[in-house]
Amino acid sequence: MQAPDVSSTNGTPGSASNTVIAKQTGKLMTGAEMLLECLAREGVDVFFGYPGGVTIPFYDALYDHHIKHILVRHEENACFAAEGYARATGKVGVCCATSGPGATNLVTGLVDAMMDSIPLVAITGQVHSKLIGSDAFQEADTFGITRPATKHNFMVKTLAELPQIVHEAFYIAASGRPGPVLVDIPKDVFQARGHYTPVDTIHLPGYKVFTEGHTGQIRRAAQLIWEAERPLVYAGGGIIAANGSAELTEFVELADSPAVTTLMALGALSASHPNYISMPGMHGSYAANMAMTECDLLIALGTRFDDRVTGSLHTFARHARVIHVDIDPAEVGKNRNPDIPIVGDVKRVLQKLNKVVQELAPEFSAKHAPARAAWWTKVRGWMAERPYDRPHAENEIKPQHLMDEIDRLSGGQAIVCSDVGQHQMWAAQLIRFNEPRLWINSGGLGAMGFGVPSAMGAQLARPDKLVFAICGDGGFQMSIPELATIATHALPVKIICMNNGVLGMVRQWQTLFYNNRLSAIDLQCFPDAAKLAAAYGFQGRTIDKPWQLTEALQEAINAPGPYLLNVMVTPDENVYPMVPAGGAINEMVFAPAAPVAV
Amino acid sequence: MLQTITILLENRPGALLRVTGVLSARGYNIETLTVAKTLDPELSRMTITVDVEDRLRGQVVKQMNKLINVLQATDLTDAPAVIREMVLLRVRCPQESRTSVLKEAEIFHTRVIDSSTEGFAIEATGDPEKLDEFIDVMRSYGEIEVVRSGGVAMSLETKKLRLQPPVQAPIPQAS
Repeated sequence: MQAPDVSSTNGTPGSASNTVIAKQTGKLMTGAEMLLECLAREGVDVFFGYPGGVTIPFYDALYDHHIKHILVRHEENACFAAEGYARATGKVGVCCATSGPGATNLVTGLVDAMMDSIPLVAITGQVHSKLIGSDAFQEADTFGITRPATKHNFMVKTLAELPQIVHEAFYIAASGRPGPVLVDIPKDVFQARGHYTPVDTIHLPGYKVFTEGHTGQIRRAAQLIWEAERPLVYAGGGIIAANGSAELTEFVELADSPAVTTLMALGALSASHPNYISMPGMHGSYAANMAMTECDLLIALGTRFDDRVTGSLHTFARHARVIHVDIDPAEVGKNRNPDIPIVGDVKRVLQKLNKVVQELAPEFSAKHAPARAAWWTKVRGWMAERPYDRPHAENEIKPQHLMDEIDRLSGGQAIVCSDVGQHQMWAAQLIRFNEPRLWINSGGLGAMGFGVPSAMGAQLARPDKLVFAICGDGGFQMSIPELATIATHALPVKIICMNNGVLGMVRQWQTLFYNNRLSAIDLQCFPDAAKLAAAYGFQGRTIDKPWQLTEALQEAINAPGPYLLNVMVTPDENVYPMVPAGGAINEMVFAPAAPVAV
Repeated sequence: MLQTITILLENRPGALLRVTGVLSARGYNIETLTVAKTLDPELSRMTITVDVEDRLRGQVVKQMNKLINVLQATDLTDAPAVIREMVLLRVRCPQESRTSVLKEAEIFHTRVIDSSTEGFAIEATGDPEKLDEFIDVMRSYGEIEVVRSGGVAMSLETKKLRLQPPVQAPIPQAS
């Protein structure tokens, strides 16, 4: 920290404030310097942003600071990149934007982080506090606009409260159910000078975090688990947020239960674990959805019974009693009334639950062994009966073939940052993740344009990892500006553009539910990938034949820097199975049988 | 049936909007809302009456309790509680009915706060339903103008206020 020493400052000599200052301790610094000091104390090593008029004082202080700043090409991508960083590490991601348009551009990313419970702190500049409310240049009511887009937001009014607020923001973002917190700072607060005293306590009396879980309920849950004949673990993103993968793995083994992981939880239980079925829901597997429907005990862990998972709530898991563990009391009983609600941190609760389940094992495990064995047979039967479709063709690249190949080359170890659409569903179905924090996607909000910037954040967080950004040709074109950021920092992200020339998921719905009236989905014009990448100074290529796939992917992986691989795939492939929106999840639509050649 | 929610919240800019945002985000229309600071000037007490579907009442209160600025939100709809409201009413009445108006005002335990040749201004407090009746009665005497305060509610049981103790900052981050 390059804070100016008190003796070397050029404050107005003899002024009243100086007399007061002399009596105080702590370094004299500007608001901008204090903010950086607080970020450093929070362990921030990198953040993503875009400067503008009112944040110039902040960027001026940054000039002398060790924290790394990544200049993105659009503020929305600063937010997505910070999310990628947070999702890959569990640490709080940080982004920064100027007032007005800078702040409003953050909103999509904030809502995305809100929906997926991602810890994020967004710093925005605000116009000089004397100008607030005057429709000043680049003024927007950021505090008002972002209120429903954040877990909490602050407007800093005075320099004195700045350090406290910054630390509160980090605390709120990271604790409880994580989420985005925005701190709006007027230009004059950045510029003001004052004595900095480090903050060491936070007191937010109204912010209640329940972590431990009710002991009696945990015991009852364990009993229910042993009494169940057909248990199913339904694990969600909360497992990843709580870093509870080890506890989850132990739990499914102790409870001898099959498990599904939602789109937000791929990798929470290793895809190669014998108890793992796959993903449930709208594009989930047959086995996962059948198990959900047929189980007699649903153990929901850090998940929120999202409509894309449950389909029709009336028919969802209708034979099942439900144990629901979540840190957010408002999620428990929101969509499904559980028989045993447990409010707590899912990692802590599982630690306790595992103990009790183990304790009770001798008493119960033999009793239901035959029923459990029958259940396993049934589940394995479903898994064998209808695995995901993996069509390969001779003359064209099937999208599933592409995902298969990425899966094979990544071996369950690569970070895959997905955009939103058909490719996202195929990637979620077919790429295996053996660890948490490898699968990064915009689950709740479904924000197109997420893939590339989140991959930037993930790659910066995990320079040791192979990082794929898998996009469709739609989402990729929302992210093209960030190729400059990727090139500038030589981030070796492998961008795989699954190109079918259309907005595939919209096309799929129009085909299936709108009488094939294909409206506004055609993306005919697409840049030459090799030339586009070359224009930014890295390698790129377009392929359209299945025999090129392995070699091209290998070339991308071997390239020392970024790589853009544009893969022309079968244009009219649909994602199956599919549960029509609002339908029962056991009533899946499957791919029509391939026509027999005559 | 209307839901009555009482909320203890921090007296800060934006706190009111966060609470009402829980309702507006779900498309609920607030029927009445009163707010004022408590004995502790850092806190405010708010009473909201709102028409929320039965199924979602618990959810709305939970969402309010999640707000950082809210110390406690409680549903008083089915709890032992008193609800009172104030009405200021002006009635224009002909000379011949002045005595009857005053009589009615007395029956409803109201106070006449202004009298003129045209009529009276009356202040009434009470149960909101009782006030509805009073307004109906006054309407029968002539043209009226009414301002209602919205209900203030108080629970008749003490509910333990659970507050989060201070924590150390900065919290260590997961690695």
